[in-house]
Amino acid sequence: MPGSVHSDSQDQSMVDAGQEQPEVPIQLDEKRIVVLPGADEHNASFQFENEGHTLGNALRYAIMKNAEVEFCGYTIPHPSDPKMHLRIQTTDQTTALAALEKGFSDLMDLCDVVTEKFTESRDRFNEESSNRMQV
Amino acid sequence: MAPLVPSQEELQRRRIIGINAETVTNIPSTDFPGHWPGESHSWALDKFKNGFNVEFHRNDPYEASFSLIGLDAAVANAFRRILMAEIPTLAIEYVFVHNNTSVIQDEVLAQRLGLIPLKGSVEGINWMQWFRKESEEDDGTPADTPSDFNTVVMHLDVECTINADAEPGEQDPRKLYHNAHVYAKDLTFHAVGRQEEYFAGDGAIQPVNPDILIAKLRPGQVIQLEMHCIKGIGADHAKFSPVATASYRLLPDIKIERPIIGEDAKKFAKCFPKGVITLEPVTSAEASRPGSGYEGHAGELKAVVRDAFNDTVSRECLRHEEFQGKVKLGRVRDHFIFNVESTGQFESDVLFLEAVKVLKLKCARWKRGLSDLMA
Repeated sequence: MPGSVHSDSQDQSMVDAGQEQPEVPIQLDEKRIVVLPGADEHNASFQFENEGHTLGNALRYAIMKNAEVEFCGYTIPHPSDPKMHLRIQTTDQTTALAALEKGFSDLMDLCDVVTEKFTESRDRFNEESSNRMQV
Repeated sequence: MAPLVPSQEELQRRRIIGINAETVTNIPSTDFPGHWPGESHSWALDKFKNGFNVEFHRNDPYEASFSLIGLDAAVANAFRRILMAEIPTLAIEYVFVHNNTSVIQDEVLAQRLGLIPLKGSVEGINWMQWFRKESEEDDGTPADTPSDFNTVVMHLDVECTINADAEPGEQDPRKLYHNAHVYAKDLTFHAVGRQEEYFAGDGAIQPVNPDILIAKLRPGQVIQLEMHCIKGIGADHAKFSPVATASYRLLPDIKIERPIIGEDAKKFAKCFPKGVITLEPVTSAEASRPGSGYEGHAGELKAVVRDAFNDTVSRECLRHEEFQGKVKLGRVRDHFIFNVESTGQFESDVLFLEAVKVLKLKCARWKRGLSDLMA
């Protein structure tokens, strides 16, 4: 389990933008998660920089869907500080970090399903409306 | 022990948020493990897949409307927020004023220019990369050099002159002078390097709406500008937001619990927008069933819910004495009716797919960052 990395090291190296074909970056900064002090294996608070309710609430939902998680909540401690804190408390069956990782995976799976069903439904709708136009 | 499976009625009851005259009830989601004793609400992808559905109501380039059914508010809201604030678009960011003798000040003019929605080849816009500005923290990272892959250059070069051909006594400045009004269509695009291929022909960068008024001039006044357009996100400035609006509402639910007949039914229908409530005659079968409330009313009109979709949930019907206890209003917790209006750079349905992609990418990047903690 990680020790607290809530140190004064602020080394925010820039991600190589990849001069030719970059992935679509949202922020240029590298994403770094910090574990807040006082964490143990099953109970931990994570700090996300430059995140807000968008990821916070969606991730909270995904993590709460895990039966091994006893508590999950998020907060934005100060509105003018672009930081989001996520608290996870788990049973002995898993760790806070594993629950967080599973939360990300589940949310990504959910996104795939949404994309798939959305595309399917849109194509069907477009086809039906073009048929209607021809009649 | 096999998990308890709640009855269909119970599940239906949990899906409805109650809307009463003064209160809203049954608000929070309860489909989490541990909330209902004995029931399993753990995340299961195939369960989500079976329950999730998308219905399209409208799909135009500048406006799309669709329902996402079987989703939690936390996720639907994430999509909505990303649509507004986190999808990259191209907009004018830097304005170099070579000459501006018009009455509109440089900074005001620059602000107006920034807000003009641009369009162009989607392939080209997707090919473009970020232009990294100079760091605000003064840590010495220099700004990127403007290049074909991060900056689009546009020019505005207009001079107002007297129109010698104007009729005597003409009052309209647009006829009296040339270029009295400067419109968005006067912006000219100058392709650089590979942009000549990506933004060729109809794919050229241009304003979505050519008739946006930028400034008004009088003879002798000149505006000469060079503009640099870069990619940005709505969280940084609203001009980068790809949508005019992106919103959702929950599907309204109307339940008539006791018969509303005759004049009352007509009044009841008037409490709702057109088409929501319809009037149907009471059938003799209904009238002959004891305890139905329709006894002896065969042939009279009764109120029936036809289509709750268009209801505004104004709660007007709850204000009237005669409908007390006869109707129950609500909204369906997991039925989100999205409405997305694009500003024109991308098509509305593509924007939603883009929003899903952004959320997934966000997760992927953070998840990758977790490996540092694992060590």
